Amino acid sequence: MTALLEVKNIETYYDLVYAIRGASFAVEEGSITAILGNNGAGKSTILKTIMALIKDQPEKGVIEFDGVPIQNRDTDEIVRKGIAYVPEGREIFEELTVHEHLLMGAYLRKDTPGVKQDIEKVFAYFPVLKQRTHQWAGTLSGGEQQMLAIGRALMLRPRLMILDEPSLGLSPILVKEIFAIIREINLTGTTILLVEQNANMALSISGTGLILENGRFVMKGNSTDLLEDKDVKEFYLGIKSETSAKGYQRWKRKKAWR
Amino acid sequence: MIDFIQMIVSGIAVGSSYALMGLAMVIIYKTSEVPNFAQGEMALISSFFAMMLLTSFHLSVYLAFFFTLVFAVLLGCFLEFAILRRAKEPNVLGMIVITIGIEMILLGFVSWKFGAEQKTMPFPIGPYDSLIIRDIFISKLEVLTLVAALLLMIVLFLFFKFTKLGLAMKATQQNRVAAQIVGIRTNRILMITWGISSLVGAVAGLLISPTIMHPYMMWDPMLKGFAAAVMGGMTSLPGAVVAAYLLGIIENLFGGYVSIEFKTVVAFVIIVLVLCIRPSGLFARHYVKKV
Ligand SMILES: Nc1ncnc2c1ncn2[C@@H]1O[C@H](COP(=O)(O)OP(=O)(O)OP(=O)(O)O)[C@@H](O)[C@H]1O
Ligand SMILES: [Mg+2]
Repeated sequence: MTALLEVKNIETYYDLVYAIRGASFAVEEGSITAILGNNGAGKSTILKTIMALIKDQPEKGVIEFDGVPIQNRDTDEIVRKGIAYVPEGREIFEELTVHEHLLMGAYLRKDTPGVKQDIEKVFAYFPVLKQRTHQWAGTLSGGEQQMLAIGRALMLRPRLMILDEPSLGLSPILVKEIFAIIREINLTGTTILLVEQNANMALSISGTGLILENGRFVMKGNSTDLLEDKDVKEFYLGIKSETSAKGYQRWKRKKAWR
Repeated sequence: MIDFIQMIVSGIAVGSSYALMGLAMVIIYKTSEVPNFAQGEMALISSFFAMMLLTSFHLSVYLAFFFTLVFAVLLGCFLEFAILRRAKEPNVLGMIVITIGIEMILLGFVSWKFGAEQKTMPFPIGPYDSLIIRDIFISKLEVLTLVAALLLMIVLFLFFKFTKLGLAMKATQQNRVAAQIVGIRTNRILMITWGISSLVGAVAGLLISPTIMHPYMMWDPMLKGFAAAVMGGMTSLPGAVVAAYLLGIIENLFGGYVSIEFKTVVAFVIIVLVLCIRPSGLFARHYVKKV
């Protein structure tokens, strides 16, 4: 397998805040890769660094897409290479309609018929958006805005799609739906890099899982292995092992994961 | 009655130039979030550029105006690219000071190059040519101003509504980061915005220049345009236009019926009132950001 995206030893600062402290990982072509970690671990920062959304960062390190270094470029150049990004907190255009969003998602494309087809494809994934075609995005519900952000990213026909907490603020049913759609998108040939708080969900659809703590990766592995790992269970899935009164180990849910 | 109609008609005409200046300021404000105090002087230098083409180079009016509009676009793009973009860690206050600096430089340049006295613009329509319709005098220049302003507004409307570039500009105005992640070069959009705004202002300047042509000719229209933009909420194109026409009409009625000396002050009384009562402007719309 070849790596579509390869991040080598990057370090990112926000002024004096040392946020990413030498992180390396690879995303295999065709895979779903998940990055997990606590609040403030630096997950979003890694994604923003890849998308060149933090000025003059990464300070050190190399980011290669398809074997070509892409760090320290402008964001639009990186998008042009076929990397679509669904940011944390949606970042929609309040006063553009759903339809206009999808057109903007295809801003770099010239093939009008293909764009039309893809708009229909997005509506097939998210039928509710079709009913809102001419409604301003600012008037959509939070969940609908999240679908719109994913739809907009799809319109690029990306080779790699990067999603930052797509499940944030969604109802449990919608979370399931969104993950099902992410898997479907992946099956049509798009490589996926995913950041999630919902560790259980993320590990169950991804092939590879990476765990970030304080700006460094502390664990990498097959998602199925991670799901069984004792530390992961304890710290990220909220399941604690303890010795019961009768003397054998049992697994107990410590707290509901948000 | 005829007086009244007459005043309304002139109010609409003068409102057109306020509307253009207001539009120019709103267009920049929406993308750069800075009120561009150099707007008037950008229009000023464009008008003098037109005069130079007409008097020194003896170009035909159409050609001269065409080149003037090209000049205006380039000027706007240049100012954004060469000056505003260079601002390190820009904040609104700093940007405002920069636009005031640009204003001073342009004003100084025009005064130095062309002198401060009143000039005449060799325009095909003079300020006193008029039409008489049912006892109402309408100056041809006023009609031209109104028509040109309306046409330009329609073109702008169509541009923002139906072209990809216009849509990309709106997108950039609404969310810079989101625009970048769909691949829009937001820097370039900013530059084009300044170009378009400069063009709109230059049209106002050209339409004013047959009546008044000296280095301070744009002060009044620019301040009134700004007033209209503020009344309209600073981010609404139709808001600025409606407010500009209201301002022109109210001002004229006030001058006719109350006091001619305080005519120009009316605009600012209205601004103060609006800012006290509805600080977000008369036409602003707000969406609550969803979490
Ligand atoms: N704009 C900023 N300026 C300064 N520090 C920042 C900035 N953005 C993030 N940080 C810091 O960088 C660290 C990593 O933040 P980041 O947003 O990447 O965390 P995260 O892993 O995405 O967390 P969450 O799960 O809460 O979204 C945090 O300590 C945060 O305080
Ligand atoms: Mg985050």
